[in-house]
Amino acid sequence: MEVMPKWAEVILVPLISLLLAAILSALVIMAIGEDPIAAVQLMVTGALGSTYGWGYTLYYATNFLFTGLAVSVAFHAGLFNIGGEGQAMLGGLGVALMCLLIPWPHWTLALIGASAGAALFGAAWAAIPAYLQAKRGSHIVITTIMFNFIAAALLNYLLVNVMRPQGSMDPASARFPEAVHLPTLHDLLAPIGISFSKAAPANVTFLIAVLACVLVWFLLWRTWLGYEIRSYGKSEPAAKYAGISPTAITMIAMLISGGLAGMMAINNVMGEAERLVLNAVEGAGFIGIAVALMGRSHPFGVFLAAVLFGFLYQGGAELALWTNIPRELIVVIQALVILFTGALDNMVRMPLERLFLMTRRGSG
Amino acid sequence: MDFLTLIQLLDSTVRLATPLLLACLAGLFSERAGIFDIGLEGKMLAAAFFSAAIAALTGSVWLGLLAGIAASMGFSLLHGLASITFRGNQLISGVAINFLAAGLTVLIAQDWFSQGGRTPSLMGGARFEPITLPFAENLGTVPFLGPIYAELISGHSILVYIAFLTVPLTWWILFRTRFGLRLRAVGENPAAVDTAGVSVVGLRYAAVMICGMLCGIAGAYLSTALQAGFVKDMSAGRGFIALAALIFAKWRPWHALYATLLFGLFGALETRPDVIQAIFGIKVQGALLGALPYVMTVIILAGFVGKAVPPRAGGEPYVKER
Repeated sequence: MEVMPKWAEVILVPLISLLLAAILSALVIMAIGEDPIAAVQLMVTGALGSTYGWGYTLYYATNFLFTGLAVSVAFHAGLFNIGGEGQAMLGGLGVALMCLLIPWPHWTLALIGASAGAALFGAAWAAIPAYLQAKRGSHIVITTIMFNFIAAALLNYLLVNVMRPQGSMDPASARFPEAVHLPTLHDLLAPIGISFSKAAPANVTFLIAVLACVLVWFLLWRTWLGYEIRSYGKSEPAAKYAGISPTAITMIAMLISGGLAGMMAINNVMGEAERLVLNAVEGAGFIGIAVALMGRSHPFGVFLAAVLFGFLYQGGAELALWTNIPRELIVVIQALVILFTGALDNMVRMPLERLFLMTRRGSG
Repeated sequence: MDFLTLIQLLDSTVRLATPLLLACLAGLFSERAGIFDIGLEGKMLAAAFFSAAIAALTGSVWLGLLAGIAASMGFSLLHGLASITFRGNQLISGVAINFLAAGLTVLIAQDWFSQGGRTPSLMGGARFEPITLPFAENLGTVPFLGPIYAELISGHSILVYIAFLTVPLTWWILFRTRFGLRLRAVGENPAAVDTAGVSVVGLRYAAVMICGMLCGIAGAYLSTALQAGFVKDMSAGRGFIALAALIFAKWRPWHALYATLLFGLFGALETRPDVIQAIFGIKVQGALLGALPYVMTVIILAGFVGKAVPPRAGGEPYVKER
């Protein structure tokens, strides 16, 4: 039953949800005695007013693109993957092993190797919950939550006991060799005459993330497999009747999802830190949930949402630096976005649907 | 390992199990009524902050406890609104509540106290002090049973005793009252309850609010009894361990007690690597021990050791047929 025209479904509903989240965020800022308009201005100049700001915004956006796509692909198969955080941690392990164990001659080859390692480790971490969901009926939300904690414990153990170089006190791996250094946007744009901040961490991974968006779109809407994933997510009995194997689709969708979440590590571990540190993911796996919900699980929507969250992240850091507003404001905004675009979706949708029905009756 | 070390270990097991037990029973009420709740963590955190903040401002821990319960129930109301009234996704609502609590507590703490997202340390009447049970001092000299009574059973805060009494109470409510029968029915087959003329929405809201109350006590215990004041993210994943314990206990009150005591013991062992080494003769990493509840829950969920079957209507919004 199509009650609303498509444009209302795709644009109006998310926009109203976002507006509600923004209004509440502004009220929160006012409640702690700060000026919301000044805060937004500070965020805009801090995150978008310079190539340095843009460099950070796009760096964060790259992380959220991967985790947002990861959650989206799982959503299309009717699965809720909360395990992006753990899968990205394991992806980091894959990247670190690839960069440390293999003497790469050039960064391009290293990037291919590290991407494969990241995707493989991320997918492997998603494979166990996927298998348990498909074969034993264990709820994937619970198992992926558990796997986030197990991943954190595992990484903690490995970094402290196994990967930490001799004589070092930090729980972190050795520094990656110079040859695997990824070019930043500064390095990429300088030859064509555009000057970009040298200090910002945005790097070539951003382009890979954009490519991933296109590939995910192609996979979901232009291939047989994507069709099967989406039909399984819409209706399991119908998909079964059409001869689609639930086990295969659950496994494949989760492997792709985990692989995408793992790929995030080429940005934060290889592109930025250049070594594996504790808690390298910094909650990006969870922001993927907000990004996917806001982007309606469509790669283009995910792209817009990821850039918006990149802006919020960098802007939030600027706010924490210059005002009394702590960084946790971003966590509140993120929560409100998840709440309004996800859980309270019907609160926005139901009155809108009634409104459209009324106008239709009026004209017809 | 001598007897006294064992008593000390069990004593800290009880202290660490208490918040898990309260949160686990909270989840039990909610999930038995068919409302999944992965927001236990957030509700505990909100309660921990508000009870510590109000206790610090008023000097009364009891007012703090009430504030904590109120905050937690406020989040429960939000969860109910999203998942019962607007029939939204219960899991997504839980995720949102966790983040909302994590962000708001630090934001408000910074605004009220300007101490980097923490509350001032609580002292005197602003904290739940240990209670010495009658005759504990006199009986302490009795061999074997004396130390157990004096060290292990006596000397906890009132909330610990409340938590342990909640177990039989929960069992009684769920399995011996009409309300409990209906509550369980609404988690298995809401349509049948509706046909019988009982309000599905009302029952589910009741369950969600009870869940909020128990999470509130759990959070208050964290900041006013276990520790003296609120610090950022102090629930530290306990809400998820409680969720794990709930699955481990297969949604049954007495088993929830055993599961949380077991997970509490893991927590106690984590701080005593010397004891582990003395018993097993090997050095076990604390980090890996901390992951044990999660690993065990995955094994249980996989059905290798007796399958955990959740309430049948769990996670499904109820739509009345018209």
